[in-house]
Amino acid sequence: MEQYEPDRLTPAQVAAMRRSLRNGRAAMTRRSLLRASAGGALTLGGLGALSACGIPAAGKTEGGTSAEDHSAEEKTVSFSNWTEYMDVDDSGKHHPTLEAFTRRTGIKVKYTEDINDNNEFFGKIKPQLAAGQDTGRDIIVLTDWLAARLIRLGWVQKLDPSNLPHAYANLSSQFRSPDWDPGRAYSYPWQGISTVIAYNKKALDGVEVKSVSDMLDNPKLKGRVGFLTEMRDSVGMTLLDMGKDPGKFTDDDYDAAIARLQKAVDGGQIRRFTGNDYTSDITSGDFAACIAWAGDVVQLKADSPDVDFVIPDSGYMTSSDNLLIPNKARHKTNAERLIDYYYEPQPAAELAAYINYVCPVDGVQAELAKIDEDAANNPLIIPDQAMQAKSHAFRSLSAKEETAYEAQFAKLTGA
Amino acid sequence: MSTLTEAPPPLSPTAPEKKPPRRRGRWTPYWLLLPGLLWLLVFFALPMIYQASTSVQTGSLEEGYKVTWHFATYWDALSEYWPQFVRSVLYAAAATILCLVLGYPLAYLIAFRAGRWRNLIMILVIAPFFTSFLIRTLAWKTILADGGPVVGALNTLHVLDVTSWLGWTAGDRVLATPLAVVCGLTYNFLPFMILPLYTSLERIDGRLHEAAGDLYARPITTFRKVTFPLSMPGVVSGTLLTFIPAAGDYVNAELLGSTDTRMIGNVIQTQFLRVLDYPTAAALSFILMAAILFMVTFYIRRSGTEDLV
Repeated sequence: MEQYEPDRLTPAQVAAMRRSLRNGRAAMTRRSLLRASAGGALTLGGLGALSACGIPAAGKTEGGTSAEDHSAEEKTVSFSNWTEYMDVDDSGKHHPTLEAFTRRTGIKVKYTEDINDNNEFFGKIKPQLAAGQDTGRDIIVLTDWLAARLIRLGWVQKLDPSNLPHAYANLSSQFRSPDWDPGRAYSYPWQGISTVIAYNKKALDGVEVKSVSDMLDNPKLKGRVGFLTEMRDSVGMTLLDMGKDPGKFTDDDYDAAIARLQKAVDGGQIRRFTGNDYTSDITSGDFAACIAWAGDVVQLKADSPDVDFVIPDSGYMTSSDNLLIPNKARHKTNAERLIDYYYEPQPAAELAAYINYVCPVDGVQAELAKIDEDAANNPLIIPDQAMQAKSHAFRSLSAKEETAYEAQFAKLTGA
Repeated sequence: MSTLTEAPPPLSPTAPEKKPPRRRGRWTPYWLLLPGLLWLLVFFALPMIYQASTSVQTGSLEEGYKVTWHFATYWDALSEYWPQFVRSVLYAAAATILCLVLGYPLAYLIAFRAGRWRNLIMILVIAPFFTSFLIRTLAWKTILADGGPVVGALNTLHVLDVTSWLGWTAGDRVLATPLAVVCGLTYNFLPFMILPLYTSLERIDGRLHEAAGDLYARPITTFRKVTFPLSMPGVVSGTLLTFIPAAGDYVNAELLGSTDTRMIGNVIQTQFLRVLDYPTAAALSFILMAAILFMVTFYIRRSGTEDLV
């Protein structure tokens, strides 16, 4: 019975076939090809290429920082922001405040929610900015320390105060002069962030948590405490708890705070360090208590009544997300007009009523009261004096300190 | 290909004076390979060279990085992060073995026993891929939540006491422990094991089983002497397809793990994005690549299946 099927050859036939493939003229086995291309790549690209591709020093942008401003002829501005950081109407498709801006000025806003994490976003825009190219974005929103780094590197443009009358007049005093951008020459805050302690009543089961010490020392909470991967929030809250001022601490203070946290990690007290995903852990009760951002907790509370937050007596950390115009942005004037627009009390109030973060605009309370009476009296949105007295900001770090501290903190989180 | 050049001249009478047959075929394979090679060059070779260069640079973001042939980075990285390397290999190996143990019977069932259910089961195996990797991993956080039914049942059955004693879990929870990470890896890479296993099992001629039966082999002997050896290509490619990505994975350790379950992928991510120590991150990537290459080569040599994969 001759029933040849090519995939049912005997081993001997297979071997013969392979031999012929290998030894024939057209023989081009995968292995020889791999060898050839690897060898080729090494000799061609080779060691010369290895030394040719260093990374140039940051900040030495060729041809200045600003591109030609196309604001007058191109009535558009592209705005990169974090997710859920803008008011949305009921259909979920429209941003009322942005649309009002377009109606008034004729400037179309290309709004993109493409920032998820400061570090990741920095990795994303770094190549263009380092090479002195346009990132395609006119406004970006970054947290203090990253904004400070971009200013330090010379990657963002100085703002023109004459385009920012409202912003200049209405910026709350507590945001006016951070040490990394005195007088707000390069940045304006989008929203303020308060870092507090969140807890899940059901998971706590009667245990009282009022301070970072309670979180780190109570054996009943072993393995059910969460901290943030955001170094300044986790270490800042710990420093406050230890009676130190995060605004002016020393290397020794920092080491002490890290040692305190390390003890809790080694003892299994701290379950894990999280980014924004702590929200699922605290609602499910896997975290009984964790360091959290107040704006999130206000939103979480609405859905899960067990979740609440507490502000420690020792104080809490504040920071802000800041509007910046990167180098070579094409529509600088349009961007400045948009920034200024959000410092008018009415749009600011509309935004604050929706997103529940700290509003950096003075005179917004009356406007907010018209929309939402509760929000206007919420110290988390419009901080009262007692709240302001407890707020602390992390001091800005030099490049060297930043690298060293981040490395130490990375080791704490398991590297 | 040589047969083409030696083919008899066409019999058609309309073209008696034909040009000598073209020497086709000599360059054709290379032309066909060109797009692939270009792709490899742009997306593999160039990034590799760039990465290799980064790993021997020194400097900082402010001052820029220069190639100083600082090979000590490799040694420093290895001596600092060897526990994470060892952990990655152990977790990936555990997940691979679990995948094989779970995947082989399933692939066997689909190949030989499923009958008309075969397509349905295949779809069920592949279906999870229609959802994002991240979402699927996050779903495990809900399933394994401390107060959830799974952990509750495991606690009632005192399973967690045993795993706790072995150091796989901590206390009465599963999440944020090595067990959770290994389970996550197993779950996420299981289809990569099942599919190659299925393809090689499915190719086995059913008559071989009958023949083995005719020769008085018991089913177990048939499996040991016939089925399993013939499925070796599937086993080898399945284990490779599972082990290699699992060793470099960082999502599972990030979401399901804790500080003491961080794998080398997490370290690379942290060094690259957070600490901004690009040379160390690049060096770690190269060490990981070299380690995997070494282990895979050893494995293929040992299993004697060099020609099968």
